[in-house]
Amino acid sequence: MRMAELVMGVVMGIFSLYLMWKSAELPIGWIPGEGPGGGAWPFWLALGMLLCCITIVIRWAKRLTPQSRSKEVYMDARAFRLFLLNAGALAAMIGLFHIVGAYGAIPLFLIFYLRYMGRHSWRLTGTFAAVTPVLMFLFFEIALQKTLPKGFTDPWFEPIFAFFY
Amino acid sequence: MKPFIKLSTITLGAIIAFGAGTIAGSPDARAEWKPKKPVEFIVMAGKGGGADKAVRFMQSIIAKNKLSSKPFTPINKPGGSGAEALIYVKSARDPNHTIMFTLNSFYTTPLRQPKIKVDISKFTPIGRMAEDTFLLWVHKDSGITNVKQFVKAAKAKGSAWIMAGTGKNSEDNLLTDFLNKAYGLKMKYVPYKGGGRVAKELAGKNADSTVNNPSEQLGFYQAGKTVPIAAFTPARLPLFANAPTFKELGKDFVYFMQRTVVGAPGMSKEAATYYRQLFAKIYASDGWQGYMTKKSLQGGFITGDILMRYWLKEKAIHKVMLQKMGALK
Amino acid sequence: MDTLSLLLNGFAIAFEPLNLALIIVGCTIGLFIGAMPGLGSVNGVAILLPMTFLVPPTSAIIFLGAIYYGAMYGGAISSIMLGIPGASTAVATTFDGRPMALKGQADKALIAAATASFVGGSIGVVLFTLFAPPLADLALAFGAPEIFALMLMAFATFIGLGSDDIPKTIFSIFIGLVFGAVGLDIISGEPRLIFGDIPGFYHGINFLVLAIGIYGIAEMLWVIETSKGDALMSKAEISVRRILDTLGELVRTWKTMLMGSLLGYFVGILPAAGATPGSLMAYGFAKTMAKDPETYGKGNINGVVAPECANNAASTGAMLPMLTLGIPGSPTTAILLGGMVIWGLEPGPLVFTDYPDFVWGFIASLYAANLFALLINIAFIPAFIWMLKMPFTILAPIIFVLCIVGGFVPTMDMHDVWLMLVFGIVGYFMRKLDYPMAPAVLAIVLGPLAEPALRQSLLISGGSFSIFFTRPAAGLIMAAALGLFLLPVWMIVRRKMDQRRKAS
Repeated sequence: MRMAELVMGVVMGIFSLYLMWKSAELPIGWIPGEGPGGGAWPFWLALGMLLCCITIVIRWAKRLTPQSRSKEVYMDARAFRLFLLNAGALAAMIGLFHIVGAYGAIPLFLIFYLRYMGRHSWRLTGTFAAVTPVLMFLFFEIALQKTLPKGFTDPWFEPIFAFFY
Repeated sequence: MKPFIKLSTITLGAIIAFGAGTIAGSPDARAEWKPKKPVEFIVMAGKGGGADKAVRFMQSIIAKNKLSSKPFTPINKPGGSGAEALIYVKSARDPNHTIMFTLNSFYTTPLRQPKIKVDISKFTPIGRMAEDTFLLWVHKDSGITNVKQFVKAAKAKGSAWIMAGTGKNSEDNLLTDFLNKAYGLKMKYVPYKGGGRVAKELAGKNADSTVNNPSEQLGFYQAGKTVPIAAFTPARLPLFANAPTFKELGKDFVYFMQRTVVGAPGMSKEAATYYRQLFAKIYASDGWQGYMTKKSLQGGFITGDILMRYWLKEKAIHKVMLQKMGALK
Repeated sequence: MDTLSLLLNGFAIAFEPLNLALIIVGCTIGLFIGAMPGLGSVNGVAILLPMTFLVPPTSAIIFLGAIYYGAMYGGAISSIMLGIPGASTAVATTFDGRPMALKGQADKALIAAATASFVGGSIGVVLFTLFAPPLADLALAFGAPEIFALMLMAFATFIGLGSDDIPKTIFSIFIGLVFGAVGLDIISGEPRLIFGDIPGFYHGINFLVLAIGIYGIAEMLWVIETSKGDALMSKAEISVRRILDTLGELVRTWKTMLMGSLLGYFVGILPAAGATPGSLMAYGFAKTMAKDPETYGKGNINGVVAPECANNAASTGAMLPMLTLGIPGSPTTAILLGGMVIWGLEPGPLVFTDYPDFVWGFIASLYAANLFALLINIAFIPAFIWMLKMPFTILAPIIFVLCIVGGFVPTMDMHDVWLMLVFGIVGYFMRKLDYPMAPAVLAIVLGPLAEPALRQSLLISGGSFSIFFTRPAAGLIMAAALGLFLLPVWMIVRRKMDQRRKAS
């Protein structure tokens, strides 16, 4: 935990510097008669972020915060595995949105989660994986007229739209 | 009455010209292409603004008159003065089902942000639905009734005279620069988000003048809070017959805001024909004509090559204007 | 008494069978749309707008008004049950609503939220009925300096939100403000902070992307880790007895309710402010004025009541500038305004005289919508409680799917979904190190309101800060904001002095 606190402080400090550099693309100073320039607001706030990060690191060095005194492991093997599984499954689902579309990715995600993570019966898994996309289609595409990404499955939906309209 | 007749002749002429164009130009117009799924109708501006209202109004005309079997779904992409919308439509996944409603930022944004690499001559011209007009507005309590008094008051206040407008280097900014140059004024331009907000700032006396579209100031005008003192149009507007044009006042300056439907680059000929006919029908509908009268919109329906030539001409004009005001390097 | 007869006439219109049916259907649809993470009243109203041309304009606005109300009620549901605010207006409701749900008091929090919404909405409608024209003039006179002063007042509420780790809290506020600056700088007209020239950043970082990333993904990952895979959701119950007990408890919060409603309403009528700052300020006020501020954030019922009263009162308030000035006070009213144009009505200063049936029918329908939203909401509470009892391994993937789709729908851009995932993962690592997240989420809402107001004011004044004090309204609000900043500091100083006195 102690190590993680330092790493986070330093990484966010570097990120603040990046934000400052990026903000400086627009004028960051005071324009006479007009007030602050376009980059001033984010620049000085990012500087504030940097100062906070420096304080966090100083407090870490002085062991002032509970995290900087903690000897616990930041992420044990179990936490790491859970994180990888969940975040990985989410990333995979979002990635699949681009390829097989929402109506392919969502059932796959549900099957993975319910069957593999939750160890539910195939019957329950199958029901959820089949019903959720149908309900989502009816709710979003038909009722709300918001099209979700469909990837290469796009042409398959033409007859479905022809049926509804 | 005279200007009104003029307007309607122009309109009528354009419709006839368009009708003749389609009949003569494309004998296979009945190729019967129809959208196969909901059509994405991109709006270059945010929710609730003038362009957004117009799109939702057209959407209602399409639905009410059952002009299309598939719905048209508005999607707002206001980011980066329309840069986001232009990039999205430029690389649309399905150009046959992607159209966009544009303003003058269609010319100015690619000029000012060459990074986005948008070439408007690649887009498919569908139809110009209207041209919005601009007037110079002041608060009624200021007692100003004509441009002469306006110039006198603005000169006296110098840079403390506040002109509110929508965004830096926008249409409002171009007009403000014109007024400053033409009359030797030093008005300060303060950008706000959206024309409605600008109109409110004038009505609430937080600004001294604005160059709003009629639709934005109409409510306050009718309530007797604000008055137009001059119009940036070739002829007086029927709704504001007391406001002379700048042309009458000896400054030859006319400026419009296009309200045009654009198709994605690479749209098929059949699809383009379908949308052109659809929007011609919308233009001719009672609903749209009533909307135009009420909002004091002008301009006839133009499409195809005529529309493309109009764009290129306007683009060149805007390039010169932006260069003059120093917004282009 | 003219008003009363007009209102009665309005009620006659609102209670026509078609309109009454629309109110009930609208409230129900709104409730469900609002309860979905990512979908709020804006989406509900925008989406159903084209359907309303089937009925006369008065019925149409009644329908949309009912959806608006239903969605405002529904927003509290996902805040309390899932800890994910469905819209920015419901962020403050998570502060105490979520802890209550975790303590097994989900039913209590839901009833409190529904009742508070009802009270806030009712007070809002009554104020609307009585004082519409003078308040419209007040709203009109509000310029950029006043709005900035008001935003400072909302910022003052941050003081009550942070954890004990002050540098981390300030970091969170600042990062939210910087993220709020991404997109277009309207004053200079230049794109700003477009990371890596990715077009998705042109529209800025949407509040929802950060909120769902933080609350929907980061918080869920954290919960999955800490709960060791067990069901972690509350063991909520519901019975008539518990409802009555809760109602009894709610009567004692009348002061909070009144304060929240009035504050929310007045902030709501100001164009450009909207319900979010109102609900935050109400929460901040309730906490600052409370005798037991340390119980806030841990499940104090007043912490649910204050923001819920305020955001519903504010959404009623936001209708005022929309109808009388043609200026939307919130994104939702912007769409309603668009609707009025479609139906051929011209909102503006003359709307009360030009279309009395429309306006008064609408106002009367707000009374009715408020009542029906309350009843429908309470009727559905058992269903929501039942949902919570589903095994976590079923609930979690459904929440994830809703979050992903909810992140996509508002802008229809996959860029936002990826950004949400990044915020979720980074937020999870920060959450483990006790970085407070709520300040960042609020800052991203308030920043884009405050910064342009500040710079517009300075443009008007030619760069002089005196503009914030020489204008009477701005000066007054500014003083109040400074007071709010200093009050907690003074209280701490006094407490320390007391302790020292006792020690000696």
